[in-house]
Amino acid sequence: MSLNVSNLTVHHGAICALSQVSIAVPTGKLAAIIGANGAGKTTLLRTLSGLKTPTNGSIMWKGEKIAGIKPEALVRRGISHVSEGKSVIPELTVRENLELGAIWRRNAKESKESIDQVVSIFPRLGERLQQRADTLSGGERQMLAIGRAIMAKPQLLLLDEPSLGLAPLVVEQIFQTIRDLTTSMNLTVLLVEQNAMGALKIADLGIVLNLGKVVAMNHAQVLIDDPAVRAAYLGY
Amino acid sequence: MQKLLETFLIGLSTGSIYALMSIALVLVWRSTRVVNFAQAGQAMLSTYIGFEIATRTEIFWLALIIAIAAGALVGAGVDYFFMRVLFKHAVSGPAAVVAPVIATLGLLGLVRSIVGLVWGGEFKSIKAPASTDGFTIGETTLPFSPLNLLIIVTVFIILIALAIIFQRTNLGLSLRASAYAPEIAQLAGIRTARTRTIGWAIAGGVGGVAGMLNTASNFLSPYSLDLLLVFGFIAAVIGGLESMVGSVVGALILGIALTFILNYVGTSLVFIGGFVVLIAVLLLKPDGIMARGKVRRA
Repeated sequence: MSLNVSNLTVHHGAICALSQVSIAVPTGKLAAIIGANGAGKTTLLRTLSGLKTPTNGSIMWKGEKIAGIKPEALVRRGISHVSEGKSVIPELTVRENLELGAIWRRNAKESKESIDQVVSIFPRLGERLQQRADTLSGGERQMLAIGRAIMAKPQLLLLDEPSLGLAPLVVEQIFQTIRDLTTSMNLTVLLVEQNAMGALKIADLGIVLNLGKVVAMNHAQVLIDDPAVRAAYLGY
Repeated sequence: MQKLLETFLIGLSTGSIYALMSIALVLVWRSTRVVNFAQAGQAMLSTYIGFEIATRTEIFWLALIIAIAAGALVGAGVDYFFMRVLFKHAVSGPAAVVAPVIATLGLLGLVRSIVGLVWGGEFKSIKAPASTDGFTIGETTLPFSPLNLLIIVTVFIILIALAIIFQRTNLGLSLRASAYAPEIAQLAGIRTARTRTIGWAIAGGVGGVAGMLNTASNFLSPYSLDLLLVFGFIAAVIGGLESMVGSVVGALILGIALTFILNYVGTSLVFIGGFVVLIAVLLLKPDGIMARGKVRRA
C-alpha cells in the first residue's frame, strides 16, 4: 500500500514547478518534505491529492495509477489532504467541519463514531463542537483541519505546513499528535514543513526538495546528521 | 391605526414574495459568484408552464408543484449547459468575471423572446387559490385578503423547508461548504460541480414559487417579473448578498417600506423608494444588515 511517485513533472502555466520528481514512501511511514520557499513542496502535495494535474510522470498508490484523478475520487481511495493555512471553513461550526470530512461515506453512525474518535485525540475540539470555526485559536483550527482529514478514515495523509503561524509549544503538540496518529492508525504521511528540524525529528524519512527537484532522500536521522543539509535547511 | 396594520400586513405579503426571489439570487451568488439576471426569465418560464397547468386543471397547487419542478430543471440546465461551459473557457482575467453575468442577461432576453413567441405578449392571469377580496370585519372590508395570508403562509413553509435542508441535511452541508470553500469541500470528497448544479436547481424552484405567487395576485407577461427581480436583488444586497436569513429580512423590510410609501405617499414614488432604500443601505452598511464584522479568514 505504499506510495510510489516516479518522474513527476508539474507546470504552473509555463513555469516548471516540479521536475522529474521520484519518491517512494512505504506504508505506515512518516516522510518529512523540506526545502526552501518555492521548492515545489506544496505543488507536490496538491498533485498527489488531485488538485493539480501533472504534465508527466506517474503516481502509484496501492498498486494503481492515480495521476489526474479528481480529489473527490481520491478521498474515496483513502487520500486525505490538509491544505496550507489551517484548512477549515470559518462559517461552519466545529461539528459541521468534522462532519464534512465523513460526508462522502453517507453513514451517520460511522460519522458520529469518527467524531468521538477525533474528540478523544483533540479533547479541546470536544468542548467547542457547537462553536463556529472562526472562534477557534490557530492551534485549534489546525487540530480541526487534521481532525477533518481523520474523519475520512484515510490511509495516506498529506499535511501542508501544520506548524504555520503557531506558538512553539502548540507546534510541539501538533507534531507529537501527527507522530502518534501515524503509528496508531498505520497511516502513510507526507508532512511538508518549513520547520525542517521539528519535522525531521518525528519523521521516518526525509525528502529535500530544491527548485522542483529532489536533492536528498534518506532516513530522517541521516539527514539531520548530514552537514550539508544542516547548513542549508536546519540553520546550524 | 387600522390602516397602519393593514399596510404592515400587505407589506409582509409583498415582501415574502421578494424574499423568495432574493433567496434564489443569493443561492446562485454564493455558489457561483454570478448575479443571475436570468432568474427573472427562469421564473417567468416556470410560471408560464404553471399557467398552462392551472388553466387546464384549475388546480393551483398542482400548477405550483409543476412550476417548482420546471424551475428546478431550468435552473439546473442553465448551470449545466451554460455556466459550466463558460467557466471552462473563461478561466481567469476580466472575461471570467464579466462573461457569466453577461451570459445571464443574454439568457433573460432569450427566454423572454421564446416565451413571447409561444404565449404572446398579452397579459395572462392565473386564478388565485384564495379570495382576493379583503377580509371583512363588521362593516369594513380590508385590503388584506385571504390570498395575502395564503402567500405569507406558503412562503413561511418554504422558508422552513429550506432551513431544514440547509441546516440539517448532508446535502445542505455540502451546499454550504461548496459555496464557502470549494477547494476544502472538494478535498473532503464533495462533488462540488454536481452540488452547485443542485444549488441552481433549488434556486430555480424557489424562483418558480415567486413567479406563481406574484402572478396569482397580479398578472403574467414576458415582463411582469422584472420588477420582482429588481426588488429581489435590492433585498439581497440589503441582506449582504451572502446570507439567506439576511435576504429574507431585507425582503420583508423592503416589502413593508414600499407598501408604506404606496399607502401613505403615493404610487409614483414606490419604484424610487426601492432605490432610496438600496442606496441608504449601501452607504450606511455596505456589507448588509446582517454583517457581524469581518470574518477571520486563515
